Amino acid sequence: MRFVIDGMTIEAQAGDTILTACRRAGYYIPHLCFHGDLPAQGNCRLCLVESKGRLLPSCLTKVTDGMEVASATEQLHTLRLRLTQMLFVEGNHICPSCEASGNCMLQALGYRLGLLDNHYPQFFPRRPLDASHPQMILDFNRCIQCQLCVRASDQLDQKHAFVVAGRGGEAHITASSSNGQLGSTSFAATDHAAGICPVGVFLGKGVGYVTPIGERRYDRADIAQAGDRNA
Amino acid sequence: MPKARLATVSLAGCFGCHMSLLDLDEALFELAELVEVDRSPLTDIRTMNDCDIGFIEGGCANEDNVHVARLFRKKCRLVCAVGACAVTGGIPALRNNIPLAELLATSYLQDVVDPGIPNDPELPMLLDKVYPIHEVIRVDHTLPGCPPSAQAIALFVKQLLAHEPVSLPYKELHYD
Ligand code: SF4
Ligand code: SF4
Repeated sequence: MRFVIDGMTIEAQAGDTILTACRRAGYYIPHLCFHGDLPAQGNCRLCLVESKGRLLPSCLTKVTDGMEVASATEQLHTLRLRLTQMLFVEGNHICPSCEASGNCMLQALGYRLGLLDNHYPQFFPRRPLDASHPQMILDFNRCIQCQLCVRASDQLDQKHAFVVAGRGGEAHITASSSNGQLGSTSFAATDHAAGICPVGVFLGKGVGYVTPIGERRYDRADIAQAGDRNA
Repeated sequence: MPKARLATVSLAGCFGCHMSLLDLDEALFELAELVEVDRSPLTDIRTMNDCDIGFIEGGCANEDNVHVARLFRKKCRLVCAVGACAVTGGIPALRNNIPLAELLATSYLQDVVDPGIPNDPELPMLLDKVYPIHEVIRVDHTLPGCPPSAQAIALFVKQLLAHEPVSLPYKELHYD
């Protein structure tokens, strides 16, 4: 099976989505909530592509033989830029004080899209830190609600250590324990869930700044070349 | 070609962006061929003429910051938010999700000798939050970075003067 994206012909296997086929072929489509080890959920919308005048999430759309898809269009660039800016203003992303800076996929996407400002008014929400676990701190100020930690803990670690609480604008990720603290779950720093966050929520205790700022993954290369930090 | 007039100011910033500008070292001579520096901490001139470009470092944390930002908007043809704090609020905005009364109480009333919140008429009133510049005045251009590198600042100025769209090479675009 074959399809065409941005004028390039790509081979696909039965059951492939546009995103998985493109990833195998080494053609980058922006994404934050997708991980190759987990079923796609379509949360972040950054992987939208266009086909027959419709916008489709490439992580959920199955390839059909001969389909024509566009990803590198000006309209999609603008949409992705606005989505990224919304993710920035919705949390407290103060990159100069973040240990993930330079290794963060949200930031890397901003760099790739040429994001110079946040466009929208900042929300400055009040979000708690969870330092209850002996090996890990969670700084939810940076959470983009991709739900990768929730899914990884459920499906890869079989622990159900995280859960989405609240509704609508109040929805947030929290540890799945009676007191809502990570230290009261069976989560361990070696879990899949510990290394899957695309941004800077999960911070190992007792380590930090091993690689200096300026020499990190996305300092050296664009995310399309440097790959996902959680791969 | 007559030189462009450039004004700069540091509001709720740390002067790091100004230090980065000075980091241009000998390239400052080249910059001095292109711009005449008007009001700026670098000239220590406090009055302000009409300018072509105004660089604002830092967000707005108090009423004086708002007053100066508005003055820059009135006097400068192009107002630029320079550095992470001007663009997003930055490190000073770490206080933004804590109510001001709680912050003042923690700083000035709890566990201190002679407690009392400073209230001198000389002191500008604090705002409830630290605001990015674009939430206070209209901003024409932004240059992120904490601080933006000297090379990024020089390139930014050249692009503004050449009426080119601002575009930084990958290595010069940073939020940290
Ligand atoms: S998580 Fe990423 S975008 Fe957010 S503050 Fe940290 S480095 Fe910046
Ligand atoms: S903590 Fe990280 S992995 Fe979990 S939902 Fe938030 S951004 Fe995603």
